[in-house]
Amino acid sequence: MEEDVETRKINSSFLRDHSYATEADIISTVEFNHTGELLATGDKGGRVVIFQREQESKNQPHRRGEYNVYSTFQSHEPEFDYLKSLEIEEKINKIRWLPQQNAAYFLLSTNDKTVKLWKVSERDKRPEGYNLKDEDGRLRDPSMITSLRVPVLRPMDLMVEATPRRVFANAHTYHINSISVNSDYETYMSADDLRINLWNFEITNQSFNIVDIKPANMEELTEVITAAEFHPHHCNTFVYSSSKGTIRLCDMRTSALCDRHAKFFEEPEDPSNRSFFSEIISSISDVKFSHSGRYIMTRDYLTVKVWDLNMENRPIETYQVHDYLRSKLCSLYENDCIFDKFECVWNGSDSVIMTGSYNNFFRMFDRNTKRDVTLEASRENSKPRAVLKPRKVCVGGKRRKDEISVDSLDFSKKILHTAWHPSENIIAVAATNNLYIFQDKVN
Amino acid sequence: MFMRGLKRKCFDGEEDIEETLAGIKAIPSYNLQRQSLLDMSLVKLQLCHMLVEPNLCRSVLIANTVRQIQEEMTQDGTWQMINMQNTGQASVDRLVSTDILCRSSREQAEGKHVPGYSTFSKDFEGDQAQDSSETMSTASSVQALRNLQSNVWEMENSQENKGNFQKSLDQIFETLENKSPNSVEDLFSEVDNSYYDLDTMLTGMMSNTKMGHCDGLEPFPSPTTTTSSSNCKSDLNELDHIVEILVES
Repeated sequence: MEEDVETRKINSSFLRDHSYATEADIISTVEFNHTGELLATGDKGGRVVIFQREQESKNQPHRRGEYNVYSTFQSHEPEFDYLKSLEIEEKINKIRWLPQQNAAYFLLSTNDKTVKLWKVSERDKRPEGYNLKDEDGRLRDPSMITSLRVPVLRPMDLMVEATPRRVFANAHTYHINSISVNSDYETYMSADDLRINLWNFEITNQSFNIVDIKPANMEELTEVITAAEFHPHHCNTFVYSSSKGTIRLCDMRTSALCDRHAKFFEEPEDPSNRSFFSEIISSISDVKFSHSGRYIMTRDYLTVKVWDLNMENRPIETYQVHDYLRSKLCSLYENDCIFDKFECVWNGSDSVIMTGSYNNFFRMFDRNTKRDVTLEASRENSKPRAVLKPRKVCVGGKRRKDEISVDSLDFSKKILHTAWHPSENIIAVAATNNLYIFQDKVN
Repeated sequence: MFMRGLKRKCFDGEEDIEETLAGIKAIPSYNLQRQSLLDMSLVKLQLCHMLVEPNLCRSVLIANTVRQIQEEMTQDGTWQMINMQNTGQASVDRLVSTDILCRSSREQAEGKHVPGYSTFSKDFEGDQAQDSSETMSTASSVQALRNLQSNVWEMENSQENKGNFQKSLDQIFETLENKSPNSVEDLFSEVDNSYYDLDTMLTGMMSNTKMGHCDGLEPFPSPTTTTSSSNCKSDLNELDHIVEILVES
């Protein structure tokens, strides 16, 4: 697949030096909506920026619908927990869209503790011709009013408003890592390190606890929940992954508290590869159902795995993302990179999977042809609208031209968050504080 | 089994010392590699962010690694043996000499003069395993760990739970003797020391490749180092924070 367009997130535009990045601008989540018309990003400063794809015009066929900023709003503010004397970060951990049911758009955004439902709506008309007040809003003197008129709606410049419609707070003791909208569109779940809660969109003061893995004695804690997602079609089924590399599939019909899983997915450990870091690198950082609902994909530190829901004892496919890091695990443990949580995504047809790596590299794996490619999201190394050149990391002694050696990789440039358009070959890649959007090349 | 190339940089004659210890794996410096990993893990658990709630997943994974190392050391008999040595010669002086040991060889490499180096070398020659002194300093950092880890682990704990947790941590890490108040400074220097290692490594100031915990580690290229050193700087601020806590307690 060849890539085409590049768009940069509009931030700090008043700063001339493009390499300067404030921490608040670091993108922490990226998500297309169900039609792909909108793309939402959340950042460490608690802001949400929504991009909208412009309508394709016949005059400029080569600009196949670029994404422009549609709305920006502050979703979460930093808070202070007085009981524990700790700050609650405003960083947006996840954004999930609701399917569109009327003219307005709805999305869920969450930080560590609170989930919010936002309504994003357009206003392009305003009423004019009030009787009791004039155009500036000042009240008219009633004695001066001699006739009545009916206010009419006149067009105005488009205004996009975001309003918080629901705030789902105080239900999580630990940090929320995932939210997932159910296929019934009436409920959603939020998962933290030890518990998963089920919410109804209409009710903010109550939630059902459906998974609780907190041990009675916290000293016995050895495993945490790392990600959770609802099945795309079966509203009673969901999965959650753990820090020990296991996935549990639960059916909410069996009991109110889904502590007993219906299915348990775990790959047996390879004894020859065992080291002190085996458990850490097996910790699953992301789990995603395929669009078909037949498969789940998991991401651990070095690999992406595809599992068939009908086979629990091992994945059906394993893809090496950056196996050259296996010999560097000690250094990566020391600088904490080994704890980086990479996400993974399916394309619309479930034939290609994508995930990020270091040095602003991201990888795509074609499940059918078994081909894979490494690409780079970087302004320095590719011009806008140029086709991206595949990259290669060299592990051995001899480094070919254009290859990068493992030791030259920049571990501060990590691509943790990516998104794939639901039906087209358009991808969004978040590289620290920059957002890149790539499209298939048009011939 | 363990990573190749994880070397302790401090001293010569490490190979000989390794061979004299009974029942230990034949791979040279494996024990030191493991010890280094244990120390690193304990430091990581200590220096979690104190302003924001620490990442529970990371803490759990590090703690599991520590447990794994401890289990293996118990199986090896290394833990028992070192524990016996601990009870035999528990003295603050030994901690100090370890600290000088690590500093002096690095500073030696940088051509600095370290006062008291001559007294140190007497201590060192007189005694056996570098291993055991390092484990003792580990023990003291475990002590500090106990004070702090209850904060890291369980934020909503009652006093009772904290006591229980400390007891089980005792079981995990073995009962260690109470150090004198002087050891507080030594704890701090122990922690400080490790971070000096990190800092040196990450900013690529190493004078020889043997420095640093990981042999395979090359100096990171400059874009990374600026980020890493700012991470180190924020970690050093946390260090101050922890010193405050230690001093107040």
